[in-house]
Amino acid sequence: MTEVSHDLAGGRVGSFRGTDAAAASRGWARKIYDLLTRSPIGTIGAAILLTWTILAVFAPWIAPYSPTKIDPALIADPYPSAQHWLGVDHLGRDILSRLIWGARTVLTVAPTAVLGAVILGTFLGLLAGYRGGIVDAVIMRIGDTLLAFPKIILYLIIIAKFGASAFNIIAVITLSSAPIIARIVRGVTLDIKNRDYVAAARMRGESAFFIMFVEILPNARGPLIVDFFLRLGYTTIAIGVLGFLGVGLPPPDPDWGGMVKEAYGMIFVWPHMTIIPSLAISSLVIGANFLATGLREASLDG
Amino acid sequence: MAEILAFEHASIAYDGRAGRQIILNDVDFSIGEGEALGLVGESSCGKSTVALAAMRYLPRGMSVIDGRIRVEGRDIAGLTDRELSRIRGNRIAMVYQDPMSSLNPVMPIGKQLMEVPLLHGETDENAAFRRAVAMLEEVRLPAAAAMMERYPHQLSGGQQQRVVIAMALMAKPALLIMDEPTTGLDVTIEAAILELVRELRAKFGTAILFISHNLGTVARICDRIGVLYAGRMVETGRIGAVFRSPSHPYTRGLLGALPRLSGGGRRGRLRPIEGTIAAADRARPGCAFAPRCSFAARHECEERPILMVELGDGHLARCARLDAVRASAEDDRAAAASAATDGAPIVLRVRKLSKEYKLTGLFGGEKKGVVRAVTDVDLDARAGETLAIVGESGCGKSTLARIVSGLLAGTSGEVKLGETDLAKLEVDDRPPEIRRQIQMVFQNPDSTLNPSHSIAYALSRPLRMLRNLASGDAKTEVSKLLAQVRLPVEVAERMPHQLSGGQRQRVAIARALAGKPKLVVADEPVSALDVSVQAAILNLLGELLEQSRLGLVLISHDLALVRHMADWVAVMYLGRVVEYGPVAQVFSPPFHPYTEALLRAAPTPDPDAAPPTAALEGMMPSPTEIIVGCAFASRCPSRIAEQCDTTPPPVRQFGEHRIACHLELGRQAPAERGGRTEIRSSIS
Repeated sequence: MTEVSHDLAGGRVGSFRGTDAAAASRGWARKIYDLLTRSPIGTIGAAILLTWTILAVFAPWIAPYSPTKIDPALIADPYPSAQHWLGVDHLGRDILSRLIWGARTVLTVAPTAVLGAVILGTFLGLLAGYRGGIVDAVIMRIGDTLLAFPKIILYLIIIAKFGASAFNIIAVITLSSAPIIARIVRGVTLDIKNRDYVAAARMRGESAFFIMFVEILPNARGPLIVDFFLRLGYTTIAIGVLGFLGVGLPPPDPDWGGMVKEAYGMIFVWPHMTIIPSLAISSLVIGANFLATGLREASLDG
Repeated sequence: MAEILAFEHASIAYDGRAGRQIILNDVDFSIGEGEALGLVGESSCGKSTVALAAMRYLPRGMSVIDGRIRVEGRDIAGLTDRELSRIRGNRIAMVYQDPMSSLNPVMPIGKQLMEVPLLHGETDENAAFRRAVAMLEEVRLPAAAAMMERYPHQLSGGQQQRVVIAMALMAKPALLIMDEPTTGLDVTIEAAILELVRELRAKFGTAILFISHNLGTVARICDRIGVLYAGRMVETGRIGAVFRSPSHPYTRGLLGALPRLSGGGRRGRLRPIEGTIAAADRARPGCAFAPRCSFAARHECEERPILMVELGDGHLARCARLDAVRASAEDDRAAAASAATDGAPIVLRVRKLSKEYKLTGLFGGEKKGVVRAVTDVDLDARAGETLAIVGESGCGKSTLARIVSGLLAGTSGEVKLGETDLAKLEVDDRPPEIRRQIQMVFQNPDSTLNPSHSIAYALSRPLRMLRNLASGDAKTEVSKLLAQVRLPVEVAERMPHQLSGGQRQRVAIARALAGKPKLVVADEPVSALDVSVQAAILNLLGELLEQSRLGLVLISHDLALVRHMADWVAVMYLGRVVEYGPVAQVFSPPFHPYTEALLRAAPTPDPDAAPPTAALEGMMPSPTEIIVGCAFASRCPSRIAEQCDTTPPPVRQFGEHRIACHLELGRQAPAERGGRTEIRSSIS
């Protein structure tokens, strides 16, 4: 069967081989363009994430009102209007402005937390996979122990103990996601460490750290990048949940989860106050998931 | 003779993102009842597409754009799905390279075999059962009735392939398509399977379309041969005619590129086919092979389509310069074989080397047994010479290579480079100077280079690590290394996936040479490459050996290659060296019975060669078995009852040639034994 696929692939790859060098020289912009046109779902995801990122970065200029300005006069008619596109909340604050400013929080906290998890998890996973034996056993069992706690309880315990702050939220998410990433990296490492190029690196006397980070890690980037965006989605949910449970970022800073929590008691009276921030959370999660799916499709294709 | 399968000027194209690409171009052949046609060519020549097209199994995007494909006279393009499924399996059956991909791993093989008649109209389960058992006996599987209960993973690779063949024959098809059916198998098993196919063909009269890259296996099975190049049939005819007077330059190239068992050895130059197939070649109006052909002339070969020319008795070739080709000397293989280098200094001395793995229970501790991967091996590798280690898979040859190169540590014995014993030192524990002196070339061109780093990285890193070169010096040295392995300097900037398999293997050789080693260990360096590329790499290795006087330890399963490359040969079986000596002596009598069996099994691209006689039966024992006598006794055709099972074989010495065997091999004069195909007479 190998020969069959080889033959067929040979037929197709043959035509790519010539264009390959050209594609490389056309640079990154082209590559990303190719990637996105190949996967419509990835493009949608990227567009959603990009929109929120632009809104967050330029919040001071884009947001029509201050996110914290309370205007009780507006509560008489809080529904969306020409002045307040998405309406106002129960304290008369402009929802659109709060969403835009809230995007800043979630788009700082979530990527930082995931990046922290990726760095820690990658390091531990490489070490466990490459070293094996007792190192592997210790790292993975500690990871298993952390994973054995229901996540939300773990969050609540730690934040209840150390207090709610952006840093603590990042730390909690890093700690709880790192074991999963370590598992992914360990799996890839176990496979790659038996490849001939790793043997060749050993034969020329490279150190274990060099082999781990220069020979093995770059080849794990595919699954890691896909996982990064998936995890970005989950983390957005987690931050929303923490906000909803009242252990998110302290008020009055706008926080999407917090917005849902403040308004959910009035969901039958003024549903838009709950639904709109919920939709914002969903859109970010869906965007991240779509992009992850798109990247996976592209990597399978290429 | 009724025609079973016919391709009538069929062309197949793939429509993809990159536009339309021609896969098969004007392929025309037919297979009559009971005939066997071999289809050969390098990878991506389109030979597997032929197999798929014959069953209308083309993958998405591929379609027949011109011509017709007929099965038993009916154009398959016009068949309904129901008619098609009747043809598949019933009239045409297929055997693939990997038997596991054709067998269901969770179903006993008996059930899978019985499915065939039950699907094709048989209603009586007992009858189906009886037919399945009979067919298993037919493919000569032992204890057929018991075999019915077993699952695919309980069988060896050779047995699995027999089951697949049995399954294919259950419906009594008119045509059996075999796509590289023996490629993953050991020579002895391959020989047995080929013999089985010959027998079954004679018995059932099944026509065969045999697809292979190996001219030797095709010569054993087929009456006629078709040579495919870049989707075009370039030569076809009776096996004897094509092999004796190959008329297309490509066919000549394929035959010339092949190392031969009967060749002179000592690295006489092989003739590789220069260049590679480019995608654009498929779309050329003229001859697709022209860019690589030494006979090519611009106006004749490149401008207009070239038609098949009949050379008599169904021998056709598609070449515009046939007269020039046929007039040129048939075998201009230059005999630039290197002179024997007697008394070359020994670089590496291996003495009593053993490697054992202790099997442990689930929670460690508790011993379950010992795997003896390598047992008491004695060998020498000499400067400027090649020591080849041959044997079937699982014989310990790769383990031995890995101990020498330090990727594994030995359990006991000596591996001496100069005065330093390296047997128990893994490469990380070896002194840097020693590390530099032993380097390795790996088998798989797909994993030998790190896909994330450029070729410049792959070559400059060892220069810096092993020779402490500064980055400027390393850069010039990289260019030198690339030149040494005949690659253009620009290759340095490329990534591994932009190179072909052969080019990657050249880079791997350059990498091994970077530290100026004394000894290079090459583990099956060309087994994953096409013959034409293989020849170029072998020539390169031969040249480098001459130039730099380094010792080469060559691990291989291919005896013709070993005959061609080696100065010294060690034949391994179950972790032991059973025969060792200078290549000419190992390849001529007296033989160890195992060496003799290997030599008989090796396929030769020679239609006149006598068919192989009784191939080796049985399987290599498990390396956990404790063996008191001779390791080969369980399969040896000349086993001396008692003695061989209970007493370790004595080492018989014939000068530098040693054989570990109980047989009184020396008594028989080599002259009496004659050719290698002669049957062992009455030595036992």
